[in-house]
Amino acid sequence: MIKCLKPQWKTARRGDIFNMDLLKFFTAGSVDDGKSTLIGRLLYDTESILADQLEALQQSNRKNDDGTIDLAILTDGLKAEREQGITIDVAYKYFQTAKRKFIIADTPGHIQYTRNMVTGASNSDLAIILVDARNGVVEQTIRHSFLVSLLELKHVVVCINKMDMVGYSEDVFNSIRQAYSGIADKLRLKEVTYIPVSALKGDNIVNKSERISWYHGKSLLNHLESTEVNEAVMSHQARMPVQWVIRPQTEELHDYRGYAGRILSGSFHLNDKITVLPSGIRSEISKIESNFTEQEDAKSGMSVILHLKDNIDIGRGDLLVNSSHEPLVSQEIEADLCWMDTRPLDTSIMYLIQHNSKVTKCKIREILHSVNINTLEKIESDSFQLNDIGRIVIKTAEPLAFDLYQENKLNGGAILIDPRTNLTVGALMFRANAGY
Amino acid sequence: MNTQDTTYLDQLEAEAIYILREVAGQFEKPALLFSGGKDSITLVRLAEKAFRPGKFPFPLVHIDTGHNFPETISYRDEMMARIGEKLMVGYVQDSIDQGKVIEQTGKNASRNALQTVTLLDTIAENKFDACIGGARRDEEKARAKERIFSVRDEFGQWEPKRQRPELWNIYNGKIHKGENVRVFPISNWTELDVWNYIRRENIDLPSIYFAHEREVISRNGQLMAAAECLNMDHEDHVVRRNVRFRTVGDMTCTAAVESDADQIDDIIEEIRFSKISERGARMDDKVSEAAMEDRKKGGYF
Repeated sequence: MIKCLKPQWKTARRGDIFNMDLLKFFTAGSVDDGKSTLIGRLLYDTESILADQLEALQQSNRKNDDGTIDLAILTDGLKAEREQGITIDVAYKYFQTAKRKFIIADTPGHIQYTRNMVTGASNSDLAIILVDARNGVVEQTIRHSFLVSLLELKHVVVCINKMDMVGYSEDVFNSIRQAYSGIADKLRLKEVTYIPVSALKGDNIVNKSERISWYHGKSLLNHLESTEVNEAVMSHQARMPVQWVIRPQTEELHDYRGYAGRILSGSFHLNDKITVLPSGIRSEISKIESNFTEQEDAKSGMSVILHLKDNIDIGRGDLLVNSSHEPLVSQEIEADLCWMDTRPLDTSIMYLIQHNSKVTKCKIREILHSVNINTLEKIESDSFQLNDIGRIVIKTAEPLAFDLYQENKLNGGAILIDPRTNLTVGALMFRANAGY
Repeated sequence: MNTQDTTYLDQLEAEAIYILREVAGQFEKPALLFSGGKDSITLVRLAEKAFRPGKFPFPLVHIDTGHNFPETISYRDEMMARIGEKLMVGYVQDSIDQGKVIEQTGKNASRNALQTVTLLDTIAENKFDACIGGARRDEEKARAKERIFSVRDEFGQWEPKRQRPELWNIYNGKIHKGENVRVFPISNWTELDVWNYIRRENIDLPSIYFAHEREVISRNGQLMAAAECLNMDHEDHVVRRNVRFRTVGDMTCTAAVESDADQIDDIIEEIRFSKISERGARMDDKVSEAAMEDRKKGGYF
């Protein structure tokens, strides 16, 4: 018979599970900072590790100095990683408590994996930045924080780890906190929370630590459970890229023509005046369908089918928006670029740009500068190597209908594809309209 | 009229529908790999939500090992009759008859490994450029790192180190001729999420998911359904037990758990408190710590 132990979240009443929301976060830090140990600790102390996984863990040879299980193994998924003892990719982990479901993007911290961190950050609501209490704010702390600001993550938790190695000293914590707040100001990080932890010993990860009695804030898990991420932003910026046109063309549904897509931001209501971009043709919403039924409105995040009053030629790649707040439409855009390929950026060739459901050709018209991501200095540059970040101007073959990334992430981000290899080679964050 | 706040199940559902529509929009000839298990049954429901009142822009493809539970096959046929979509079946027996694979012998013989060849042949013959599967990242640690759009080379291989970054909700489905993409719309779902969704949506499942009395034998510490394809001998003692199956592979590699959970609510309770993870009942993962990673590199689902 399946054995019933007691997971912590068993206190969730039946039915509550349908009302929980989801928090996606990522962790920035390197092996040396104890990042994998911190994630392992979150999973272990929330009893999210199942018996056979635990058994595999105990059978492996990696142990801590004091003979306890090395929790970092839980997140190091690939063979190469187990052999080298480093994290080389993004691994996703799932756990839940009575209050929330969590998705962790576990990303590597070394500079050669900057692209993986950008990827993890692009899909997260919150960032955890790990600082080793013995070393304080170091070059990579600045680099990680820069990426968090570049990707516009609104919530940052600085975990000052290995507090056990500095005698749980409040002075150490305060001086690191002060040093970091200077960086946070410079990078305009809005909401920063500081927590003294020891992932190895379990202090302040899931449970409040008695060994750090001078700290009166929440444990990390408690903070993650209570952070409000459903921001009421961009409610007016109704945007839906058309993914697919549903046309059954059967006898009884002869005139049925539905535009299927997921609402990026804002909400759509019946009879709203909408604009189809880039063509600029206007119409009104005549019907909204989702979940096999007709709805009066549909909001951000929902996958829906929209119908329009007028018969217009619309296809994949078009963007439907509320006519009262139209986005920018341009073929020349200034953008931040993170280069993700081992083959360097070549300004003489054509790339493909994928912006939601739209794919078109593009060229890099100009490189404005790149950034030394360890010191944040802008430097002149004529190319981008793997993991380089900087500002460029692109020119696209067809116009894009976009928002600025800082105002609307999902309609302000795009990827570059190398048509020779089909690889995703760059992440773009639109910063300004460069065409007039 | 939708007045409720979106819950995590709505978010997961909307994401999966979005991914299915990206497949429709980006590929010439996609297919949905249907195993008869709860994850691919969930995919069928999601595809209905993504494309109705239209038809699915892809057929369902079932790789039949010949060692399926009869309950799975009858479920499949009833479901196909209900949804009115196209089903294509690739038979492992055909691959054996054509000499492309050699059937294992002995007590622990399984066709599980052979089906990779049948799958790759079916993909190549039909020139499928995208295959939708029900794999989830919480199942196994190699899967935890696989992308939602996962490119396979012309040998069907997955190369973990050459994975494309996936930013925001943008999936790059560009491939060269001969390559194909495995797409996993429910990557971010856990086992419990799938069960909660099945309950919420009132989705029918093959009967073997629910507790029932059945003839079983005990092998390598696991309960297996007594069946001819297990090559049973005098050491195998057939007993009757109340069991159910947590995953549905074929009969040679899917173990039963003893259980009285014959209602979906009981199953959900059982899973919530279970300390044996789902794949613990799959013999094929027990070979080595890197078993799944190696099979995935070779072209497995």
